[in-house]
Amino acid sequence: MSLIELRAVSGGYGQVNVLEKLSLSVDEGEVGVILGANGAGKTTTLRAICGMLDRCSGEVIFDGSSISGSATQAIARAGIAHVPQGRGTFGDLSVDENLRLGAISRKDQGTEADLDRWYEAFPRLAERRTQAAGSMSGGEQQMLAIARALMSRPRLLLLDEPSLGLAPLITRDLFDRLGEINRTEGLTMLVVEQNAGLALEIAHRGYVLETGRIVAQGTSDELAADEDVRKAYLGF
Amino acid sequence: MGLFIDQFFNGIGTGVVYASVALALVIIYRTTGLLNFAQGEMALFSTFVTWWFTDQGLGIVPALLVSIVLSFIAGGLIERIIIRPVEGPTKNPLSVVIITLGMFLAINALAALIFIKPGQEALQMPLLFPSGDVPGIGIQKAIVGRAAVLAIECLLLWILLQKTKIGLSLRAVASNPESAKLVGINPGAMLMLGWALAAALGAVAGTLAASRGTGAFDTSLMQQVLVFSFAAAALGGFDSPLGAVVGGLIVGVADSLTIQYVGFLDGIELAVPFALILIVLLVRPNGLFGRNIVERV
Repeated sequence: MSLIELRAVSGGYGQVNVLEKLSLSVDEGEVGVILGANGAGKTTTLRAICGMLDRCSGEVIFDGSSISGSATQAIARAGIAHVPQGRGTFGDLSVDENLRLGAISRKDQGTEADLDRWYEAFPRLAERRTQAAGSMSGGEQQMLAIARALMSRPRLLLLDEPSLGLAPLITRDLFDRLGEINRTEGLTMLVVEQNAGLALEIAHRGYVLETGRIVAQGTSDELAADEDVRKAYLGF
Repeated sequence: MGLFIDQFFNGIGTGVVYASVALALVIIYRTTGLLNFAQGEMALFSTFVTWWFTDQGLGIVPALLVSIVLSFIAGGLIERIIIRPVEGPTKNPLSVVIITLGMFLAINALAALIFIKPGQEALQMPLLFPSGDVPGIGIQKAIVGRAAVLAIECLLLWILLQKTKIGLSLRAVASNPESAKLVGINPGAMLMLGWALAAALGAVAGTLAASRGTGAFDTSLMQQVLVFSFAAAALGGFDSPLGAVVGGLIVGVADSLTIQYVGFLDGIELAVPFALILIVLLVRPNGLFGRNIVERV
């Protein structure tokens, strides 16, 4: 059963419509990927899920209930963690404070245990625990943004261009880790990514977006075999 | 030398008021990016509330505590009812400036209307601290007491901001409102809290401002204080609570020493804090403690 589903969602900013009756879904435990050129509406799709558009029609269904029209903070508390493009770290707060903020809406007592756990998984963050987040390198900030999202123990993780500005080796490592988290935790993810090859490797299902519409969809194997997709996004 | 030291400590005594108001300005600036021109008059109103409770027979300390609580609530309501509707990314940022200027006039007039009887010149605030020097060190008890009040204020604020989850949420909203929402924080609640804290600090500042010398005060109590407190916040750096406190004390001391040593130029003391600020800002444009924000991308 699908954990997140968009049904004929249209919307955008100001008077401009970016999404045109867009429908997609990701099943529980799966990784979905959205491919598309710049300006196709990939970021806007993720923002539509989190209630961050000026206008939005259609329906967004999370875990069986509609979250259309809910406030962003309520959607976050419902279990959707969003790592925005540009990472959205709290630049003047420390690494430790950033991670604690990830867990700020949780009611349980597991914050300290989770902190230890993600510090172990991302040793660079542990070394920089007291440093201001904004003073770290792009790759480190991306790790921090993802670790912060995981601190909320989300049911759905939205990632917006996680590879943006990262060196190829770091991107590779990042996607390996994301794939591993999906396999071991069964965490559902929806990833927007320019690096289609890497994204399709960890994804189960993919969507190709052009000017606010889905123009192709299928399992990641189907998409990787599709000639148009290969030419446009995989470059061979 | 003795005179210098006396005037120095007098300056600290006044600087405590500037520091408290500057702290309130900094808290609102950091959470909303807004200069609250009504801060001084909000503090004035709180001062009248303190006075009213003493007039009803309450001691000044309990009266001040009640006034702090009421001001806290009123500050939150002002944000929610008056500021919120005109503030936000899609609104014109100038309208909220005009609103705080309007509140400046309105609150002052309202305080006069409610608390001052026709024909009455000034009200009488009981003194918070006994007169005389602290035995052995030759500093007035009142100055030590006022400094202690400021120290307690700073300590409580520091604990709240640095050691509690709610303080962390408040700083998160100040740092990055959109990301704060994405971790589930309600920014509106934090903005209310910021205004509530500022109003509570104002209650302390206003009551301290009135409760000195003869204890006589009127509706002009906070007008010069507000200007000096803006000066203090600019000096310390508008985003730094520590800067606000240090800035407030420096402005207080500078003011007091000028009156003592250059008093023959009548009114020169009003110009000195600003000369000081001009010099500091030329050298450090973000203020003494303001952050020079370096962000790697």
